[in-house]
Amino acid sequence: MSAYILRRLLATFPVMAVVAIFVFVLLRLAPGDPAALIAGDDATAADIANIRTRLGLDLPIWHQFVIWIGGILQGDLGVSIFSNLPVTRLIAQRLEPTLMLALATLIVAVSLAVPLGVLAAWKAKSLVDRIVMGFSVMGFAVPVFLAGYVLIYIFAIQLRWLPVQGYKPLADGFWASIQSLVLPAIALGTAYMALIARITRASMLEVLSQDYIRTANSKGLATERVLLLHALKNAAVPIVTIIGIGIALLISGVVITETVFNIPGLGRLTVDAVLKRDYPIVQGLILVFAMTKVFINLMVDISYAFLDPRIRY
Amino acid sequence: MRNAFTALRAVLCASAAAAVIAMAPAPAAAEKVLRATMHADLRVIDPIWTTQTIAGIHGMLVYDTLFGVDDNLEPQPQMVGDYSVSDDGMTYSFTLRDGLKFHDGSPVTTEDVIASLERWGAKDQPGKALFAQVEKLEKVDDKTFKMILKAPYGLVLDTLGKTGTNVPIIMRAEDAATNPNEQITSAIGSGPFKMLKDEWVPGSKAVYVKNEDYVPRDEPPSGFAGRKEVKIDRLELVWIPDPQTAMQALIAGEIDILEQPPIDFLPILEGTPEIKVMKTGAVDSHWGTLRLNHMHPPFDKPEMRQAMYHLINQEDFMRSTVGDPAYYRDCHSYITCGTPYSNDAKSDLIGDYDPKKALEKMKAAGYNGEPITVLAATDHHTITPATQVLLNAMREAGLNVDAQSLDWGSVVARRAKKEKPSEGGWNIFVTTSSGTSAANPVINTWLGASCESANVGWPCDEELDALRTEFAFARSNDERKDIARKVQERAAHVVPYISWGQWTQPMAYRADKVSGIVPVTGLTVFWNIDKKE
Repeated sequence: MSAYILRRLLATFPVMAVVAIFVFVLLRLAPGDPAALIAGDDATAADIANIRTRLGLDLPIWHQFVIWIGGILQGDLGVSIFSNLPVTRLIAQRLEPTLMLALATLIVAVSLAVPLGVLAAWKAKSLVDRIVMGFSVMGFAVPVFLAGYVLIYIFAIQLRWLPVQGYKPLADGFWASIQSLVLPAIALGTAYMALIARITRASMLEVLSQDYIRTANSKGLATERVLLLHALKNAAVPIVTIIGIGIALLISGVVITETVFNIPGLGRLTVDAVLKRDYPIVQGLILVFAMTKVFINLMVDISYAFLDPRIRY
Repeated sequence: MRNAFTALRAVLCASAAAAVIAMAPAPAAAEKVLRATMHADLRVIDPIWTTQTIAGIHGMLVYDTLFGVDDNLEPQPQMVGDYSVSDDGMTYSFTLRDGLKFHDGSPVTTEDVIASLERWGAKDQPGKALFAQVEKLEKVDDKTFKMILKAPYGLVLDTLGKTGTNVPIIMRAEDAATNPNEQITSAIGSGPFKMLKDEWVPGSKAVYVKNEDYVPRDEPPSGFAGRKEVKIDRLELVWIPDPQTAMQALIAGEIDILEQPPIDFLPILEGTPEIKVMKTGAVDSHWGTLRLNHMHPPFDKPEMRQAMYHLINQEDFMRSTVGDPAYYRDCHSYITCGTPYSNDAKSDLIGDYDPKKALEKMKAAGYNGEPITVLAATDHHTITPATQVLLNAMREAGLNVDAQSLDWGSVVARRAKKEKPSEGGWNIFVTTSSGTSAANPVINTWLGASCESANVGWPCDEELDALRTEFAFARSNDERKDIARKVQERAAHVVPYISWGQWTQPMAYRADKVSGIVPVTGLTVFWNIDKKE
């Protein structure tokens, strides 16, 4: 196992190198010029050229790349073109809201979806199964922004139980922080919950048709013991896989939820930086996202060995 | 629906009460905190380095200016206590008023002022026009300095008191020593608010507190002039990118001011008892521009540009972009309608909407169906629909339209390119400007016609440029008004751009909590505002 983990970690370096080159070149090839955005309507061509020079954007691409990579090797992701703040600080500012939202969504989704999926599989083709799968289809079908607006209207505007928008950091108090995450986590978790519930049901159905389950049942074992210890454990690999993919998506791709609920997370930082052509931020974020995905994939792969003893690395 | 929710509330309240109490936010401190959602988030804290309006608003919070324009757009002394002008109009003498201090405690001196003006004068277009006439800035002592001119420039005070973007703010000499094409990193001014830079999260929040050392003037507040008294303890500019969420946040009382609510939402806001919608300032906040590229065919010919007048029905543009007639008006003046120099001296060249006539005139001018490249922004709440109206009119006329769909950032980059349209350049783009930025022919840089050194589109007309210069040297308002009419007539012939309407953007605020908003156009200000907690 140790050798496997070491191999995987070493394989991270070429992956990151490819990502870095690809992102850097792609951004430079894309249309748009941050200097023109900064200079504004009244600027002359000379004004724009001066700003480009000051930002180092007039250097050859390879030269800009060498400067950037040199910084990364020293732990410096660069400085935002617009705010002039270090990219590491900007990412750090957004990390807590993103991680808290991902965690809250994960807790809401997994704690509801897995039991519902197991229940649907156990009661397959019954009314309960149809209701669970009906909710699951609805979870996929309702866009996140719509779910968000409806939740805001009911719980923030009419009932006034929860805030419309914003994120309260943990430093402002645990409950205040949780309060600011309830609606976004439900809105975001709905689709995620639907996905996990469906995968859990499908995986459980396959396992429940196996001979050893029939044997366990005929031995007179309690239903919950059969479901949770015998079936769920053996159905866990695809479920964990989908949860892992979900975590990666939650960290990098929750722009709509962050926008509707005004959560200052990494997703919004990415979109804003792309629209403003703030190259250092986009480059830094893509590297962070790539590393996160590599790490989560590694964790998921390692967990397989614990969930299924037949899997060996 | 409301009854249903009331019933639901009654049923659920008892069971949820304990949880709600437990989850309720901690009681707010006694300090007065004003939360405002602006039209954009603060990303740049150097209002000279960029022309972004939000950076200008930040500038008016943190820094102070020598002069500020009042409600009538007349420049009034702000940091300046006394000033005098020599009889020949060549020497201005300014003395700073007492009690001016930077946020770090150091006094504001003429060294700071001169360095700040020089940095601004190297960057801002009206500032450049002024500095082209400045022989030297001379320090007399720590509080008095002189501006000695090469010629009797008539817009010295107007330019020093200008609003909109690149306002001539006064910063510390050490900050002002920064190259104007490089961003300053500090936010230490002598203005009525101090920025808490550690709490600044670009893309989310900017925080300011009252500058206790600020000494306001005695005159009542009027526009950007007069008494700048801060009545709140803390100001938070909270960026909410989604307009629907921003509106709900105002209704729920989570923010106190929504600077630019979409006009579609106004009926909802106006129907909410605690919220008031107000027009900001006497001058309309925006006007629309259809910019033509004078450098390349087919719009290198004035006849072709004049034919475009027949494709602009301002009512169509305004209904698509603003919607409510209460907030817009037709305006064919090249100077913002409603300001002192606007006039109706439009020649008969500005015609009515008639696509067939437009095509006939274009054919007569030699148009043979060549593609016309239009930069069509796809992500702007005003420019995108306005561009679609233009494209429809052009297609209705039978023009060969090459619409290039781009995000706004790409439009801004591409419009600076002087190449032929077929090689990455362009023929037309649509944009908007602030009403105050076109209040006279000199500050309206879209009227500049100095060929390759002019603003993008590069109009080229000696007569128009000479008239703008003449305006700058006029010594009386009557003389200026007369020149402004000539500018209008000449511009109607040259067609540096075509206006597609003028409108005002209202502001919404919690009238149950907030009072004392100073109505201004261009840059929202936060002095004089009080809040009930």
